[in-house]
This record gives sequence, structure tokens and C-alpha cells, in this order.
Amino acid sequence: MKLELRGITKRFGSLVANDHIDLTVEPGEIHCLLGENGAGKSTLMNVLYGLYQADEGEILLDAAVQHFAGPGDAMSAGIGMVHQHFMLIPVFTVAENVMLGHESTKAGGLLDVAAARARVKEISDRFGFDVDPDALIEDLPVGVQQRVEIIKALSQEAQVLVFDEPTAVLTPQETDELMGIMRQLRDTGKAIVFITHKLREVREVADRITVMRLGKVVGEAQPTASNAELASLMVGRAVELTVHKEAPTLHDEALVVTGLTVVDAIGQLVVNDVSFSVRGGEILAIAGVQGNGQTELTEAILGMQPRVEGSIVLDGKELAGRSIRRILDDGVGFIPEDRNEDGLVGEFTIAENLMLDRSTTKPFVKGANLQLRYLADFAREKVKEFDVRTPSIETKVGRLSGGNQQKVVLARELSRDLRLFVAAQPTRGVDVGSIEFIHKRIVATRDAGIPVVVVSTELDEVEALADRILVMYRGKIVGIVPGGTPRDVLGLMMAGEAPPAEDAVATEGVVA
Amino acid sequence: MSDHSNDPAAQPDVELEEPDELTGPPTPERATSGPTTPPAAPVSGGKPADENGRWSGVLREIATGNAIISVLAVFLALVVGAIMIAFTDENVQKAAGYFFARPGDTVTAVWNSVSGAYSALFQGSIYNFRRPGFANGIRPLLDTLTFATPLIAAGLGVGLAFRVGMFNIGGRGQMLIAASAAGWVGFGWDLPWGLHMLVAVLAGMLGGALWAGIAGLLKARTGAHEVIVTIMLNYVAYYLVSFMLRTPGLLQAPGSNNPKTPAMKPTAVFPLLLGPQYSLHFGFILAIAATILVWWILSRSNLGFQFRAVGLNPNAARVAGINVSRMYVYAMLISGALVGLAGVSQVLGTVTTGFGSGIDAGIGFDAITVALLGRSTPWGIFIAGILFGAFKAGGFSMQAAQGVPIDIILVVQSLIVLFIAAPPLVRAIFRLPDPSHPRRRTVPNVTKEVTVK
Amino acid sequence: MSIAAHPHALDEPVVLEKTVVVSWKAPIAYAVFTVLLLLLVLFGSRDASTTFRLSAATDAVKLGDVTVPAVLTGWVTVILLAILTVYSVILVQAKRRVPLWLTVVFALVFMFGFLTWAAAGSTIPVTGLLFGAVSLAVPLIYGSLAGVIGERVGVVNIAIEGQLLAGAFSAAVVASITRQPWLGLVAAMIAGVLVAFVLAAFSIKYFVDQVIVGVVLNVLVVGLTSFFYSQVLVANAATLNTPPRFDRIPLPLLSDIPIIGPVLFRQTVIVYLMYIAVALVYIGLFHTKWGLRLRAVGEHPQAADTVGIKVNRTRFWNVALAGAIAGLGGTFFTIGSGIAFNKEMTAGAGYIALAAVIFGQWDPIKATLAALLFGFASNLQNTLSVIGSPVPSEFMLMLPYVVTILAVAGFVGKSRAPAASGRPYIKS
Repeated sequence: MKLELRGITKRFGSLVANDHIDLTVEPGEIHCLLGENGAGKSTLMNVLYGLYQADEGEILLDAAVQHFAGPGDAMSAGIGMVHQHFMLIPVFTVAENVMLGHESTKAGGLLDVAAARARVKEISDRFGFDVDPDALIEDLPVGVQQRVEIIKALSQEAQVLVFDEPTAVLTPQETDELMGIMRQLRDTGKAIVFITHKLREVREVADRITVMRLGKVVGEAQPTASNAELASLMVGRAVELTVHKEAPTLHDEALVVTGLTVVDAIGQLVVNDVSFSVRGGEILAIAGVQGNGQTELTEAILGMQPRVEGSIVLDGKELAGRSIRRILDDGVGFIPEDRNEDGLVGEFTIAENLMLDRSTTKPFVKGANLQLRYLADFAREKVKEFDVRTPSIETKVGRLSGGNQQKVVLARELSRDLRLFVAAQPTRGVDVGSIEFIHKRIVATRDAGIPVVVVSTELDEVEALADRILVMYRGKIVGIVPGGTPRDVLGLMMAGEAPPAEDAVATEGVVA
Repeated sequence: MSDHSNDPAAQPDVELEEPDELTGPPTPERATSGPTTPPAAPVSGGKPADENGRWSGVLREIATGNAIISVLAVFLALVVGAIMIAFTDENVQKAAGYFFARPGDTVTAVWNSVSGAYSALFQGSIYNFRRPGFANGIRPLLDTLTFATPLIAAGLGVGLAFRVGMFNIGGRGQMLIAASAAGWVGFGWDLPWGLHMLVAVLAGMLGGALWAGIAGLLKARTGAHEVIVTIMLNYVAYYLVSFMLRTPGLLQAPGSNNPKTPAMKPTAVFPLLLGPQYSLHFGFILAIAATILVWWILSRSNLGFQFRAVGLNPNAARVAGINVSRMYVYAMLISGALVGLAGVSQVLGTVTTGFGSGIDAGIGFDAITVALLGRSTPWGIFIAGILFGAFKAGGFSMQAAQGVPIDIILVVQSLIVLFIAAPPLVRAIFRLPDPSHPRRRTVPNVTKEVTVK
Repeated sequence: MSIAAHPHALDEPVVLEKTVVVSWKAPIAYAVFTVLLLLLVLFGSRDASTTFRLSAATDAVKLGDVTVPAVLTGWVTVILLAILTVYSVILVQAKRRVPLWLTVVFALVFMFGFLTWAAAGSTIPVTGLLFGAVSLAVPLIYGSLAGVIGERVGVVNIAIEGQLLAGAFSAAVVASITRQPWLGLVAAMIAGVLVAFVLAAFSIKYFVDQVIVGVVLNVLVVGLTSFFYSQVLVANAATLNTPPRFDRIPLPLLSDIPIIGPVLFRQTVIVYLMYIAVALVYIGLFHTKWGLRLRAVGEHPQAADTVGIKVNRTRFWNVALAGAIAGLGGTFFTIGSGIAFNKEMTAGAGYIALAAVIFGQWDPIKATLAALLFGFASNLQNTLSVIGSPVPSEFMLMLPYVVTILAVAGFVGKSRAPAASGRPYIKS
């Protein structure tokens, strides 16, 4: 089925998210939609899927104009979507999720679960997915959940398949397998739209590439184009893809983690006997697929996990067992993984957010009184220093873009006297310009002699920042390897394979 | 979504939040608040920055029609009340029986019933023209302030809990416990004038604080939802106080079989502020003091900063080192103390001759509507408390003079809160423009026009 | 440091190593109740015997009375409870969970010991006690079914109280005018739906906080019904407020079963409808298309939206349905019992129903059982005050509320609410 978008325009208030977008996808091709966060890719696809109504323009399938009032219409017209955030209900089984929305029933209106089970089995076998129809979604690893999303779309006989940032949660190997699946689907004649901001994936799998920027189509490219060409098209200027940094000046061991184990509420060892150390002046990157214990590890260092065993020693002081307040006061700076959830109070102003983690002490509080004048001066200074683009320090943080929000978090954490800096996913959902800025500041922190721990699921970021790389898999450390370790080695480690022997040297002596 | 409306003063390079990100569910305040904050004016020499912010805030409130919405909400609720009064009035029903013969009679009857009721409401709550002289005529207004006193105190308690993200529906239980504690000190102890009153007030506030503190502690320790716990504690308090009231040696008046306490000793009773002819007592001064205190806590103290942070985003507050559990407990303690003050004001100021288990007089629930109407801001609650105090004072005289049951006041109050909580509804009824949707509907929907072909 | 290579890691579910998180809540709760009974037996003991009457004189199958000596039984049950407590301590120390059956056994033993103590020297009519418990649970069960549906679809229904009250009022008025209790039933459902419409409109269309709308609606319904009661019903009580009642219909055969028959099958139509409603809601929620969609909307509205389910429409109509069920429950107070309507006559039943929803972990069957437990506690107080128990009646009346507080504080086991319950679904 051939998909054609003509002049799609979508506005939110005065913001034009999509500005007269034209796009054609032929059956039997993989069409990449490339653009950075906020370029309007997801909005466009939500228009295509009937979740948003376009203000202008039309959608054609095989030259017939469509009008979708909702996703139900889009689905019955043959459009299927694999969402960035999986649209699966965690407490339902695979079969229930697949049947939801077009359930078949037996006599008396009872659900025909057997039919749904058979359907899952059939599609699963056809593509070699190996998915258990009766498994609960919440028990499945993300890679399998994604296959359930694909089965959901295919069970509706979708002819046009949209993959919205599908690789964000996958290991490199899983990503390769997904690309295999996409090629397989293409070869059966489906039209595939592949939305991403990762250049390498685009060049690997795309038949055609359309680049979006700030809500507009800015050009088309061939899969043979270089990374630099695609990046400058995407961002609108030449981009420095690598962070410039000097060789590290190493100081003494500052953070020493020994035998750290974190148990979650249902008794799983989400971090399992982990030991490592970080020296002043180096960046240790913690790599791994989302959900392998990195989040819990950083939270344990910050004192946010209730069930922790083992020791976390910073500059000779034991942190384990202390309150978050004490740990922050001991000089640990922290950028949480989800800034909207854990890093910022969206309804607070920029100024208020800048004093959030020093809410009881000088210089922001004297006696019990807030020092509002001092706070305002402080905020103006930091907004300038960290290049936060905002009309005012009184603007609510929730109204800023992702990049500017992250700069506020960064400004707050780096304006304290730090002895350790922990940054979890510091550039997630952040525009390229801000990524450069944030990376520079992280490297500058390292160069000031502070030990830095960066958690990232993006190998590009790990490569750009790391002096050493610690890879986690299922709560354990697979290995610690030097900064320049090749991607394929890291990829295998992220899937749980021990690093090759020659890298073992780097591991030794670091693990206490 | 309206939240994405750009600020006209913003510089062109300001990036706004991605359009496909949804903002969180509206909080009580957010559901009714207007669009974005305009940039603060540049700070001129010596003047604190927040001064500008506050005044532009006030202007914004008026400009974006939130004040108008409030006025219209009260108006709408009164109209509904009028319809109910008219429909149930016997004269109106009689006249309606021959409506087609003499429609004028029905109109007159409707007018008489409604205007009679509402003028009684006015004369019972603000100024009574039938009484001779200003000193007598103004008495209803002072009654209003007397009725407003516990409403303000309890409203502040509920509103403060709101700001910390908690719903204190336990006003009734907290008032009963506070009244019992203050009453027990008030009739059972012998202390010199002034000191006796002080001890009684503190005992009552402590009682309310501890009772609410149970809910705070359980939420902090076990995650028990405070809505359920405070509702349940209302009943527990009611039965506990009922038991004490009928048990000699606890709260029951000696030599009596009624479930009622003895009268308060004169040393503990709140002095009347304007002499014996007016009901207004010292509790009103305490209510004003409480309003100022809550204002200071919320907007000027570090405790209030932590409260607000926890209320708006408990996760971020926790990561920033704020002890969220402790804030829940503190907030409930303060909230309970304020609600307790309402109970104290009832037994030491309004009903000093001894009380029974109905001493809370529904104020615990009224306080929720007061806090909502006042949008959980201290001075908003103060004004809302006085408005509802006026309804109460007027309601009694309406019942006495016109035979309109005072329950109508409950209807009007709850309608006011409903209307205020949903500004789009009020705008739709009065066909007001929506300030947060600048000309959005006028954008032609080309997709549909094309598809017509 | 090394870990076995997992060439097919992707296809295996993530199985992390596990340890057991122990909870001392159950042993602590057991110990508290054991000590409580011990204190009662120690200090409040009365040397008499207690009789449990298992059937009435009119029953087809008669069971004999059971008489036990109060003091001895008291000590035996205390010892039994102590053993159960020790067993739970051993379980927890061995890092094992305290099973639910143990709690049930503990509760039954405690209740037996308590009743024996409280009714020393007199007779407890067991069937009467249970019959009354079921009757008093009727509005709670209807209310909790309404609550379960509401929360499962994503709307917290605090307005159950208002719906019950509106149902009681309309049933009384319509049945009084028409002399037809069935019409009263229909009127009650309509009244419940109307209250639900307001709740749905404000929470779904205008995104007003659902708890706020619920609380305010309760006040509104109290105001409306009290106003009309004082203004209209009092003056015209003969025509407007003398509702006919539904008769008790003993079901053939079933009603002759000992104990169960008189308790469950000699009830009014409202109770039989309740049995059907519980079964329908249970089957509907978990085995039909309606239930699947409803739960999907309450768990993950966006996911439901992306498969073409109209989230807000689903919420709206199911909240209305819940309103009808709660309204039906309100009939118990007037036409179900043949009592005239009075101001605020539901007296907080809606809030107890809400507690039953949470206590029952958002499951229609468990919520029903929780409601029955609350009904039992209320009726126990009635029964004990009739036979002159040493416990002040206020403390018995407090019991359901204290139990609920303990339940929500997690002493009855953690549970998970529907993920999107209470959150409005806002689309651009």
C-alpha cells in the first residue's frame, strides 16, 4: 500500500509542529524519517495514526484520501504503529493485548481468548518471534515487548508500518535483529516508516531518507550519505560529533563501591554484588541496556534505595545507610534519569528549582526565612552562565524545552561544592545544541579533578565521554573496559558476554 | 493544549516544550489557573523582585478573568438556589396551578419567594435595615464574621494540606477531638484568666494536630491514602467523643444524663471583641493571625518551600534531599492544629455553655469547599471563609423569616465550588472568550474542506 | 566477575536472582489481637456459659444450640491465638510469607473467643446475626461494586455516598407516589446515574480533580435531598414519603438449608439482584470484551486509545453504569426496609463502601467480602447491645473504621490500584 502525506500542518497554539509536510512511502521500501528531538516526527506520525487531527493537508493511501477520526480508523485502513513508549497494558497477557480493540467473542459475549492465542502463535511463528501468548507483559523483557507491538500491528493486517524510535530500548544486537525483521517485512511488500535520530541505523537500513527540522522537511538524502552530511542536515549547521577532551589527569581513588547489592520490593537483586571504583578526574561511564540495574545503582549511591547491602565509600566516608540529605551535603551532585519526574518541580520557577536541593540551609535560607533577593541574583547569574534560554527567572520550568530544563538541573548541581558527580542519562530528550553544552560541562567537571559517573544507554554518548566503561547486565558487572573499546565488543557485553581476554587487564586492579 | 500557548513577550529563540509531551494531570490549583507567567519586569534599584511578581500576579488574575469566573460562579449558584426556592414555594405552586389563567400571579409569587428569601439572606448576613440605628443594623455582619471564624481556621488547615498534595477530609474528627481537649481544659481546670484560655487553645490545637497526625504518619510510614484514613478517623472520633460525652467523669456534665459537657469556666472563654451586644469574639483575631502565619509559612519560610515542592512533585523533592515523609507528617500536624483551632473557637467562643457531639456543625466539610473556593491561598481562604460565613449567618435568618430550609446553603456552596473548578463551563454558559485559546477555533480546517470534494 | 555467555539472551525473560523481603506486619497484628483477647479474659472475665443458637424454631432443619463455658473457652482461644502468632513469627523468621488462610483462621478463632467472652451468660442468635450482617452489607456491596467499576475504568468515585442518598430519596418518593416499589427501584437507578453524569462531566470533560468533585457532589446531594425533605416531604409525608417495601421472598429449597438458607435466601428482591450484580460484574470485568476494554482504559488509557477505544466515552458510560448500581443500593434504605426517607440517612455508608473497594483490592468478589465483614461488624454491635455486652457500643461501631485504617495501612497485604485511576486523560 502506498502512503502519501500532502501538506500536513499541525499547530499547537502558536507553535507550528508540522509545517506543510509532504512525504511519500512506497510499498516494499523502508523510509527513514530523520530528525532530532522536537523536530516534529512523532507529531506527524500521530497525525497519520489519527491521534491528532491535522489543521491542514491530507493523507492518501493508494491515492484514496483518508480521514481518520481516531486510531481505530487508521488501523482499519491498514496503518500499524510500533510506538516509542510501548502501548501495551502491563497487567494484561500478550494475547489480551493483541486482541484489545477488536476482540472476538464466543456465545454469551465471553471473550474468545483461544482465538487470540492462536493468532499470536501464528504470527509469532511466521516471523520466528517465539512469544508466549499467555505471558504477562510486565514479565517480558523490552525486546520481546516490542515484538508484541509488532504482532499487534500485524494482527490487524497492517500494510503501512510505522516504527517510532524503536531502537532506544534495545541492545545493538537486538537492534540488528529488529532491522532484520524490518527488512523481512519490507520484502513481504509492506511500506515501512522508520523514525529515528540515530544516523548509523538510518544508513544501515533505509531505502530512502527524509530529514525534518523544526517542523519542516529540510531535505532528502541517500543512504550513502555520510554521518556528517546527515547530521548537518538534521541540525542545520555543522555539528561537532565528538566531544573534545584531553587525556585525564588522574587523582586518588575517590569513590569505592564494594559488594553493593540492591533488592527491590519483590525481592529481586536488581544490583547484584557490584564493586568498582572511580578516581578523581576521570569519567566512568556505566553502559548497558535500559533496566539492567544502572538506575538502581545510581539511586543506591544517592541513598534513594531502601534495601542496600555493601559499602559505598566516598573520600573515606561511608555513604551507604545515610539519608539523601546527608549524601547531598557530603558533596554528591546528581542528574536523575527522568528530569521531569525526579529532577525538577515543573510548576516551580527556574529560581525555585535552582534552590531545590539546598532548601534548608544558607545561602538560600536564614533562620526559617527564604532569602528571595539572594535567590533572584543567584538565578540570574546561573541562567546566564548555563545559557538557559528563558524569558525570565520567574518562568515555570515546566514550560522550558528539554534542553533548557536539563541545563537548569545541571546548573543547580554544579553550583555546589562537589566531591562526586553522578549523571544519569544526562542528554536524554535534549536537542543537539544542548547536548554539546552539557557534554562540555561534564568534561570540565572531570578536568576540575572531580570523579564523574555517567550512566547512558546511548553508545554514542558513552564513547564520547568515557575514560573507562563499566557494562552492566542483569544487575551484575559484565566487565570494565577502557574508553576506546570498539562498539561490537560493548554490544556483546551489553548482552551479557564477558569481554575478550585482552580487555581483562583493564578490569583488574579496579575491582576491589 | 492550552498550556502550549506561547508567551507573546518571549524571545524568538526560546524553545518551548515539545508539543507531544503531555503535562501532568491538573492539580486543584492548576485546574483553575490561567496561562503562562509573563516575564517579570526588570528589577529597579532596591525594590525586591517578588514585589513586581506579586502585583503582576494580581493584575493577571483580574485580567484573565479568574476573578470574573468566581463572581459568575457565585451568581450562577444563587440562580440555581432561587429556582429551587421558587419551585418549592407553596404560593408559587398555587399560582402555577392557574398559570394559564393569570400568569402574572405566578411571576409575582416567584418574585416574592425568591426576593423574600434572598433579602432575608442579606439582612441576616450583612446589614439589617429593619433594625434601628447603625449599631443594631450592622450586627448581622459581625455575626457573619463570627460564623466565618472557624471556617477560616479550618479552611486554612485543609488548604495547607492541599498545598502539600494531601486531602484532609478529616476536619470533622479533628474538630471533635480538638473541641473535647479544649473543652476538658476549659471546664475542668482552674487557671487564672488569660492563662486558662491559652492552655485551652493549645490543648485543642494539639488534639487536632495529633488526630490529623495519625493520617500523616500512616501516609508517611505505610503509604496509606490520607483520604481514606481521615474519613475513617472522622467516624472513630465521633464514636470516641460520643462515648466520652455519655460517660461520667470524662466529658459528661456532672449530675446530667445528657451527652453534653458542662459550661466553660469564664476564665477560659474568649472575650467578646465589641462588647456584649455583638457575637464577635477573640477567635476572629486568632483566625486573622492564623491567616498571616499560613501566608508566611507557605510563601516565605523554608518549611513552606519544602511543602510546596512535595505537593507539586514529591519525587523531585525526595531526590533533592527533602524528607517527604516528614513533610507529610508536619503538614498534617499543622493542618490538624488549624482545623483544631476551628473546634476550639466553637467551644470557647461560639457555644460556651457546654457542647455535644454535633459541635463540629459540619464545618470540617465546609472547610473543604472554603479551601477550594480560596484556591488554597491564605487570603483567598480568608475571603472565602467570610463569604461562607455570610451564607451561614444569612441562612439561619432565611430559615427563620421565610421558612426556607438552611440546607439550601449547602446546595449553593457546593455549586459554587463546582462552577469555580470548571471555568470552561462558566465561560460556556456566559459565552465568554477563553483567554488561553487565542483564536484557535478560527484556523480553517483544510483537511475537512478538501475531503468534501 | 565473569558471567556465562547468553547467546540467546533476548528470548529469555529477565530472571534476576531473588531474595525474600520479609514483613513483620502480620505477626505484629496477630500479637496485638492476642494480647487484646488475653486482657479481656484476664480482667473482664465472667464465669458463665455462652450459647450459640444455630437455627430458629421455625426452620425446616433444626440444629441444636452449642453451649460453651466462657472462661475456659476464653483461655483456650487465647492459647490457640498465641500458637498461631508464634507460628507466624517462625514463618517470617524463615523468610516465608504468612499465608492468607492463616489470617482467616486467626480471625475466626479470635471472633469465636471474643463472642464467647462478650456474650457470657446469654445466647447469640447466629443466624440472626449473619442475616442482619448480609442486610446491612447490601448498600455497601452495591456501593463497592460501583466503586470497583469506577476505579477500574480510571475514575475515583467518592460520590458513592451521594449516589446512595439520591437513590434512597428518589426510591422513597417515586414508590410513595406510585405505590410501586419496582418503579422506585428504577427511579433510584436514574438518580444514581444523574449524580454520576455530573461526576463524569466534571472529571472527564473539565479535568477537575476527581476526589474534589466526589466530595463536593456528596455535599450537593445532602443539600438537595435535605432541602426537598424539609421543604416538601415533611409537609406531604402521607403522599410523598411513605414508601411501600419489598417483601421477603424465601427461595424454595435453598431457604431450607441450615444456617445458609435463612441468612442468604430469605431476603428481598434487592438482595437477590445484588447476588446477580456481583456475579455479572465479576464475569463482565474479567471475561468479556466490555471488561477487557474497561480495564485497559483504567490501566493505560493511551494504549487503549491507540487501538481505537474511545477512552473518555468508555469512562463516561461506565461511570454512569456505576452510578446506576450505587443508586440501586440506595433503595435498601427506604423501599428495601420500608422506612421513610430522612435527612442524611445513608450516614456514611458510601464511604464505607469506598473502604471496601480498597480493602477488597479492586476486585468485585473481594470487595463484596469486605463489605460483608463491615456489615457483620455493624450488626455485631446491634446484637451485643441487645444482649447487654460489657463493651461500650461506640467501640463496636468504631470497629469497621479501625479495621479499614489498618487495611489501608498495609496490615492486610499490599495491593495495586488500577494504574490510571484518578488521572484524567488529556489529549491534545
